Amino acid sequence: MKFWSKVMTIAWKDTISELRTKEITSSVLVFTLLVLVIFNFAFGTNRDVLPTVAPGILWTTFVFAGMLSLNRSFIPEKEQGCLEGLVTCPVNREVIYTGKALSSLLFMLIIEAIALPIFSFLFNVPVLSLQIIVITVITTIGFVAVGTLFSALAINTKAREMVLPILFLPIVIPIIIGAVRATELTLTGESWSGLTSWLQIIMAFDVIFVVVSFLTFDFVIVE
Amino acid sequence: MMPPAIKIQGLTKSFGTRQALRGIDLEIESGKSVVIFGPNGAGKTTLIRTLATIMNPSSGNILVDGLDLKNNAGEIRRKIGIVTHQTLLYNNLTAYENLEFYGRMFDVPELKKRIEELVSLVGMTTRVHDRVSTLSRGMQQRISIARALLHKPTLLFMDEPETGLDQEAIPLIWDPAPDETGRKRTIILTTHNMERGFELGERMLILDKGKIVYDCVRGVLDIAGLKETYRNYTRTNL
Amino acid sequence: MKRNALIVFSFTLMATIFYLIFIYVPTEAVMGIVQRIFYLMVPLGWLTMLAFIVTAVSSILYLQKKNQKWDILALSSAEIGVVFTTLAMATGAIWARPTWGVWWDWGTPRLTSTFILWFIYLAYFLVRNLATEEYRGAAFAAVVAIVGLADIPIIILSISLWQGLHPPALIFESGGLDPKMGMTVGISVIAFTVLYITLLILRVSMRHNEAELRKLKELTA
Repeated sequence: MKFWSKVMTIAWKDTISELRTKEITSSVLVFTLLVLVIFNFAFGTNRDVLPTVAPGILWTTFVFAGMLSLNRSFIPEKEQGCLEGLVTCPVNREVIYTGKALSSLLFMLIIEAIALPIFSFLFNVPVLSLQIIVITVITTIGFVAVGTLFSALAINTKAREMVLPILFLPIVIPIIIGAVRATELTLTGESWSGLTSWLQIIMAFDVIFVVVSFLTFDFVIVE
Repeated sequence: MMPPAIKIQGLTKSFGTRQALRGIDLEIESGKSVVIFGPNGAGKTTLIRTLATIMNPSSGNILVDGLDLKNNAGEIRRKIGIVTHQTLLYNNLTAYENLEFYGRMFDVPELKKRIEELVSLVGMTTRVHDRVSTLSRGMQQRISIARALLHKPTLLFMDEPETGLDQEAIPLIWDPAPDETGRKRTIILTTHNMERGFELGERMLILDKGKIVYDCVRGVLDIAGLKETYRNYTRTNL
Repeated sequence: MKRNALIVFSFTLMATIFYLIFIYVPTEAVMGIVQRIFYLMVPLGWLTMLAFIVTAVSSILYLQKKNQKWDILALSSAEIGVVFTTLAMATGAIWARPTWGVWWDWGTPRLTSTFILWFIYLAYFLVRNLATEEYRGAAFAAVVAIVGLADIPIIILSISLWQGLHPPALIFESGGLDPKMGMTVGISVIAFTVLYITLLILRVSMRHNEAELRKLKELTA
């Protein structure tokens, strides 16, 4: 499968680069933990309120962390004209999109995997269930699907750190709603069946936006 | 009978309202080396980038080795190598890893051997496992040339490649190894350096304001004549 | 000539509808005079959506055909659309205050969705103007519009589900409407649509003229 081998090559390249500098994972991880700490202070010592706001805190944190991480996705491609280097490779543009999306997905999942237990520990909320892990994975796929497209776009704008949030946040509101509600339901002991409609919305979002990104990515990276 | 390496008909490229290329018609025989001169803003880089499939033309037909650019972009990219003043290398990766990456993307067979070959050709064997960010600009450009030649392109584009290149490496550009199928590589080069361009180019073009204003083969003019012609054409088009 | 006829027609319709809204239609029993805002709110909400759909579809055509005229249409529709969206939110708030006692109610799917759409409009303009190479701004904005279009159904669905409402409740008010009220709403929607079309035609032709002018300047430079 030529498509996947090239996609993995791009993802491999990003992973090595990140392993070497740990640029993205370390800064985003620190940021994530700080946000959690701030939320803790924001809600004071009011323990009763925590179960209600926990899903919101979790997903707000992940959204911000996600944006930070996605912002960095195309920065190395801008240096030294590497994006052009990719464009002259004999691959479809979708390969580039998928490769970058995959590496962003990996980084975000690593950060979330570290943040979830810490969240559970700090807020005394049982977020380490299979359901929440599934919710996290599919929602992150949605973030990355849209975020990779917009990151590639934002890299070609002035004030790119500002542009990505403004593009990204309105569009991902549906899956944030979905993730928060599904997390809420899980924490109140709801079984899988109660979650289906939300999970379906998130998965539909994922599919739709991978397709839309496939169709529009070319216009974003080639003049 | 070999198809021309490049055949362009009516190529235009606009950026919004600005027309960078205003109708280029050009045919380049396979195996020739062509040098394109022109003032800044003439459209040299735009032309190269459009031919290298980095940009889409606004209108016109482009055939590379007989293949239509619109339909066969992927295949065409396998035949093209590009060297520009940007190295197209990832700073955090080693030179070797960069070459490995591009080699994989281009499906280069026996990659390890090929990388060693090229690294030795550009004289970078001792530093190949160092991170690109630790290499000097000149060394980076040498690796960039190795990168461009990895997949044995039959057509090499070089857009002002001498910027940032160190003295010993300059000959590498002016005489890269002929492609291994025995076929002489077609080279299209843009430069500001008239003397060097004159030495290398079997054919010389002057581009100004998006059009080819002069086209001659080696021998028609001497270097002084070329400079004079250049001055005339680019001045009258002001 | 035709354009002037359209302007007059639009003006007449708008005058008519204002008469209808403020004089003709009976005052609603429960809410009183403020309820009349409803006749503005519904068409404004509809136009917000229509203008965006026009922008998004023109954007698709622009990316496919690369013809400037589609971009001009998309941009003009977005400009008018964002104004209508702002008005829709304002009227929504004016309606909300006496009805529910709050200026803003997140519980109203319509209001929330409109707010999000407003942000997408904003993103459209932002990306257009902030592109480092200006000529790319149009293509970027087109991509944003297309992504927005794909998102709108999901936004409406997720917000409605969040509020436990069925999506149609978003668009249609339940409860019986006095025939005079029904007619007023209907004509209001038509009047505003004609207004939108008029403004769109005017704006598009203005931009075409600007583009012509710029092209001429380029040639003589």
